[in-house]
Amino acid sequence: MDIMSVIINGLSIGSIYAIIALGYTMVYGIAKMLNFAHGDVIMVGAYTFFAAAHARNLNGPAGPLIAVLIAIVLCALLGMAIEFLAYRSLRQAPSLAVLITAIGVSYLLQNVMQTVMSLDGVDRFFKNVLGVVISENNDKPIFGADTKMITDLVNMQSLDIHLSETLTIPGLAIVTIAVNLVIVVLLSLFVNYTKMGKAMRSVSEDRSAAQLMGININRTITVTFAIGSALAAIAGILYCAFPHELVPTTGSIPGIKAFIAAVIGGIGSIPGALIGGLLLGFVEQLSRSVLPVTELTDAVVYSVLIIVLLFRPTGLLGKKIREKV
Amino acid sequence: MTESQRRIILSVEDIHVFYGAIHAIKGVSLEVREDEIVTLIGANGAGKSTTLNAITGLLKPRSGKIVYDDKLISGKKASKIVPMGLCLCPEGRRIFQQLTVRENLDMGGYTRSRSEIRESMDEMFERFPRLKEREKQIAGTLSGGEQQMLAMARALMARPKLLMLDEPSMGLAPILVEQIFDIIKELHGSGVTILLVEQNARMALSVADRAYVMETGVITMTGKASALLHNDAVQKAYLGN
Repeated sequence: MDIMSVIINGLSIGSIYAIIALGYTMVYGIAKMLNFAHGDVIMVGAYTFFAAAHARNLNGPAGPLIAVLIAIVLCALLGMAIEFLAYRSLRQAPSLAVLITAIGVSYLLQNVMQTVMSLDGVDRFFKNVLGVVISENNDKPIFGADTKMITDLVNMQSLDIHLSETLTIPGLAIVTIAVNLVIVVLLSLFVNYTKMGKAMRSVSEDRSAAQLMGININRTITVTFAIGSALAAIAGILYCAFPHELVPTTGSIPGIKAFIAAVIGGIGSIPGALIGGLLLGFVEQLSRSVLPVTELTDAVVYSVLIIVLLFRPTGLLGKKIREKV
Repeated sequence: MTESQRRIILSVEDIHVFYGAIHAIKGVSLEVREDEIVTLIGANGAGKSTTLNAITGLLKPRSGKIVYDDKLISGKKASKIVPMGLCLCPEGRRIFQQLTVRENLDMGGYTRSRSEIRESMDEMFERFPRLKEREKQIAGTLSGGEQQMLAMARALMARPKLLMLDEPSMGLAPILVEQIFDIIKELHGSGVTILLVEQNARMALSVADRAYVMETGVITMTGKASALLHNDAVQKAYLGN
């Protein structure tokens, strides 16, 4: 076992979990619901990136970055649409109804993506309707129901840092960890110092008092979904670059792990999502390298959740639930 | 100016409010004229808070009309009503416990511009020097009296024309109750119209111009506050004489 590579891998996969967990935790904190479709937004983000990066118009050196931006914008819009269409009318509904709806949205996204990818003539649609040619350089079509990989689209080997003969910090790991830190810092600044951020905290604490201030609850929740889903797009691209296979169910596993990370850290807490994500990534990589059978890795990860909740039912940084007088 | 010449700023006409199947407000009508202090008194569960919540848009009346400043506001959302200058300082204070004192005041001015917020913030700190001292403190750590002051200051940050106060004296020591009522008189002196809901009927009737008495969802009595203060039925039911 090489402890350095465990740390590096743990930090980078943990960073991805943290970015996803931020989306869970913000939506939970402000809209008071568990958005189980969040993981599938990750998958949509990765597919969007995959398709956009293959657009012939984006062949230049900035192409992949523009593809990332397209994925971010599309997922933000998707998040807002999901909130508007599926969740808004359930604001007063019991939380079980919301939860089941979220699971339904999750399956919907997976199946729609499955269908879209296996449809005949998706590339013709892009070409004729949107005027974008999407294919590989040798004109091989990229659509189809087969498993996709995005690794050759996000080549970051030029950023590799060689510490010694045997130890290299991959460029992708550096980028992932850096992106995560930038996101956490920006998000904390946003939530703590902007008017919208303060409004979000007010809504999170007391929705009807926030209404009395003239705060538009719906708009606040929409912004929350947009931010969370934009983060999911970034996480989706990084996750598939790590590398993981891209199929319509790709989002489920990281979605569940990030949810666990959010709960471990204390759901509703931004620093909690960061700590939970990093802890989970580290434990996962450690057990993968120590355990004789890799199949046991996830069992260890889920045990961490159980152990943390035994001692701190509201998570590591979770707030104590105060009894109302 | 005599009472009848003053312009009606708020008129509630025969509203009915339901919580699910429960008929909580059964045809309440009341009016508030500019520059008045009007109080709504009654026992626990009479529907006083529900009436205020319906006026401010947190609850939607099933029927009836609410007109504020010559505009129909029943059915509108609170986020549309607050910028019109109609604010509620809710029962139980409901300050944002995890935000700082300053952030609470910021939120009170949510619908106003940055420069207006700054101006009102200075005013509030002048009126409530204790809040200035505790500006950066988390609001949940304030004492009960300070929290009530913060709640009132927060509502005033929206610069209301009509301020509705729901049980501002609840849970406060007698000396603090006096202080809160002094502030109410001061606010009234500076031109704010006030609709006051109180359990402390004696205090409420002594500062108010007019009063409504509410019982199980209906208004049972109304008149000049000074007259109600000496009314036998009111004395028996609400003043403990």
